[in-house]
Amino acid sequence: MFRNTYDSDNTVFSPQGRLHQVEYALEAVKQGSAAVGLRSKTHAILLALKRSSGELASYQQKMFRIDDHVGIAIAGLTSDARVLSNFMRQQAMASKMVFNRPVPVNRLVSTIADKAQVNTQEYGRRPYGVGFLVVGLDHTGPHLYEFSPSGTSFEYFAVSIGARSQSAKTYLEKHFESFADCSLEDLIRHGLHALRETLQQDKELTTNNTSIGILGPGSVHEPASTAVDFRILEGTPIEVYLQTMQPKEVPPPASTSATASSSTQPPAGGDDDVQMSEQ
Amino acid sequence: MDHFPTNWGRPKYDSFDTHATYPIHNRGHAQSAASNGAVQHTHFSHSKSALRQPIVTGTSVLAIKYKDGIMMAADNLASYGSLARFKGVQRLHPVGDYTVVGASGDMSDFQYLQHILDGLVISEEANLQDGHTLGPAEIHEYLSQVMYQRRTKMDPLWNSLLVGGVKDGKRFLAFVDLLGVTYSASTLATGYGAYIAQPLLRKAVEGREDTLTEHEARTILEDALRVLFYRDARSINQYQIATITANGADISGSLKLETAWGFAEGIRGYGAQTQ
Amino acid sequence: MPDMSAIANPQQRQFNPYAENGGTILAVAGADFTVIAGDTRQSEGYSIQTRYASKVFRLTDRAVLAVNGFAADGNMFVKKVKQRLEWYRHNHAKDMPLRSIARLIQTMLYAQRFFPYYVYNILGGIEEDGTGAVYSFDPVGSYEREACRAAGAAQSLLQPFLDNQIYFKNQTAARGYSHPAHLPLPDVLSIVIDSFTSATERHIEVGDGLEMYIVMAKGQTLPDAVTNLLPEELPSTGDGERVFVLKRDLKKD
Repeated sequence: MFRNTYDSDNTVFSPQGRLHQVEYALEAVKQGSAAVGLRSKTHAILLALKRSSGELASYQQKMFRIDDHVGIAIAGLTSDARVLSNFMRQQAMASKMVFNRPVPVNRLVSTIADKAQVNTQEYGRRPYGVGFLVVGLDHTGPHLYEFSPSGTSFEYFAVSIGARSQSAKTYLEKHFESFADCSLEDLIRHGLHALRETLQQDKELTTNNTSIGILGPGSVHEPASTAVDFRILEGTPIEVYLQTMQPKEVPPPASTSATASSSTQPPAGGDDDVQMSEQ
Repeated sequence: MDHFPTNWGRPKYDSFDTHATYPIHNRGHAQSAASNGAVQHTHFSHSKSALRQPIVTGTSVLAIKYKDGIMMAADNLASYGSLARFKGVQRLHPVGDYTVVGASGDMSDFQYLQHILDGLVISEEANLQDGHTLGPAEIHEYLSQVMYQRRTKMDPLWNSLLVGGVKDGKRFLAFVDLLGVTYSASTLATGYGAYIAQPLLRKAVEGREDTLTEHEARTILEDALRVLFYRDARSINQYQIATITANGADISGSLKLETAWGFAEGIRGYGAQTQ
Repeated sequence: MPDMSAIANPQQRQFNPYAENGGTILAVAGADFTVIAGDTRQSEGYSIQTRYASKVFRLTDRAVLAVNGFAADGNMFVKKVKQRLEWYRHNHAKDMPLRSIARLIQTMLYAQRFFPYYVYNILGGIEEDGTGAVYSFDPVGSYEREACRAAGAAQSLLQPFLDNQIYFKNQTAARGYSHPAHLPLPDVLSIVIDSFTSATERHIEVGDGLEMYIVMAKGQTLPDAVTNLLPEELPSTGDGERVFVLKRDLKKD
């Protein structure tokens, strides 16, 4: 079962200078379904793909509201995410209690990174098995951070984590220069396109398996009274955004059977995250 | 109870103070403290914290809003009861780039607070130069939490504090005391200043916060300080003025208050007359 | 003549952790609205500390809390209630219902039974069934739901007036008529405003400014008579209940 001798204790380096337990924790993040984050001059948004353990089961929670000005999307162990997100909520409230100001987002991210680092160094602990994308808004504008269980955090224009996130990153790297001046609607469309890259061949983004987290002024599809506060859209409210997606460039060897049914199907199909095999 | 430092008098027990040089008003009695009901006197008689009282005290602090920001003033005296013990004490303390805290009440508690605030600024600004600096509103909220928590432990920091400053183009002026009571207004005064200076300040400032020049504001504060010096026996005619504007905080050196005592000559009881 | 027992047993000034900061609060429930009001003077003894310190706070889209008594305790209590409501929002993705907030406030107050928050609370808003409601509390958490309540410095001036005007105590309806169970919003507002102008006249700790929060039940709009007073609408999170604020000057003497 063990990959090698230096697996059992995360405080012990391998002769190559690596901490295997920490690397396995990063694997746990890669096992989780993908999450994508993007930033414009006015907005920071999150998109995530939700998994379900079966047709009879509900979908997992991929996004958490931390405060009015902070939200996260996760990839990895949801239970670890709950612990960390509760900690972030406590920090946010402590800042309101003590200084009556919203917690600076960069400090919030640094705090959990420091917390994660401790788990990579102290005896008898294990690293968190979850990675975060954190969006935050402060007087310097919108921000997007990635937090990983190795104890690091970075700020990004756009980024993705989780299963097949490299495909999403490739999309984002191709388009990120246009994000700064994007409208919210365009930003979401880019996000959906990036998220779609992480899907398996036979899957689609649907109102069931997609979460959108928005920080910044409301879109044309939201009520006029919408504030800039972080909000999570799920279910029917995201239908309008899914419909704005461009059809994916169909890979050249389009199967003959697929042309008949699925290519004409609008993306908002049924519950097809679970084993919907081609007919 | 009141928490105006001028009312606290000598740091000695009344019974031993045969010369009775401290203020006239009614001091607490053992019985009344015990029968107060809320807290039994004996209950705390072994607790060191409950025995604390202000020892070396500063009197009023005054502050007003004016066109360019906040102006705050306090004299340089720290009294030991009725003794004018330290005559060169600074009671205005800068915190960060935007804020000044002025203190009346116990000077050792104030020094402790200065220590705490300096530490706060160091950890905020030296460790994290990320542009999220603490403004006067944040400093005031922090101070109120400290003051309220200490009062809740029945171990108060025996001060009345004014916090003033300018950040992001907004003026801020607020009060907090040993109970954690807070409030904000365009003119504020602690200690005897709340009775003597505050009416003068309100008359001079209210409605003119956005037009008062620095010179006018300074004159208003100096006039109020002068009246206080004439009437408050725990005050002195040396003072400092802090101005906090968009350009930052500036605290003047020790200034001398010009006073006129000529009128006293003709008053029986003031001058050299013997009958 | 010095008290000899004081010499034998040197006394020390007992620290009193409380103050009384004056002011008055008031709430009236209608059939589908609630008005929660408070003056804005904060005082200690004969001194006015400030002419503007809010005593009424919006908690959610349908709950407003008025606090009166010791100002430091009041502000801290409101902060703590808001934090508890934030945790509820995190855990349930909705706002806490009014009656649950009322029970929460009871437990929070009673938790401090032996070092109480020296604060009288009045909670007003809209219940889940769409009716206006007022809950009043004593400092250690005893509470009940009522149609109207005054608390604070001028409670003894205002409550009898409300008993007469809201509950129609000591009023006999004309033959063939009965008193209405609920008054319309414009009537309630004028009773509230009259209450505070009267309290300002007769109580030194009341005055300076008046803040009235109006919580409207889902789907209800303000009557024209109230819209003409130009209330400010507070941003709400949904399309349910709406909260308005009306401010008035009171005499400053």
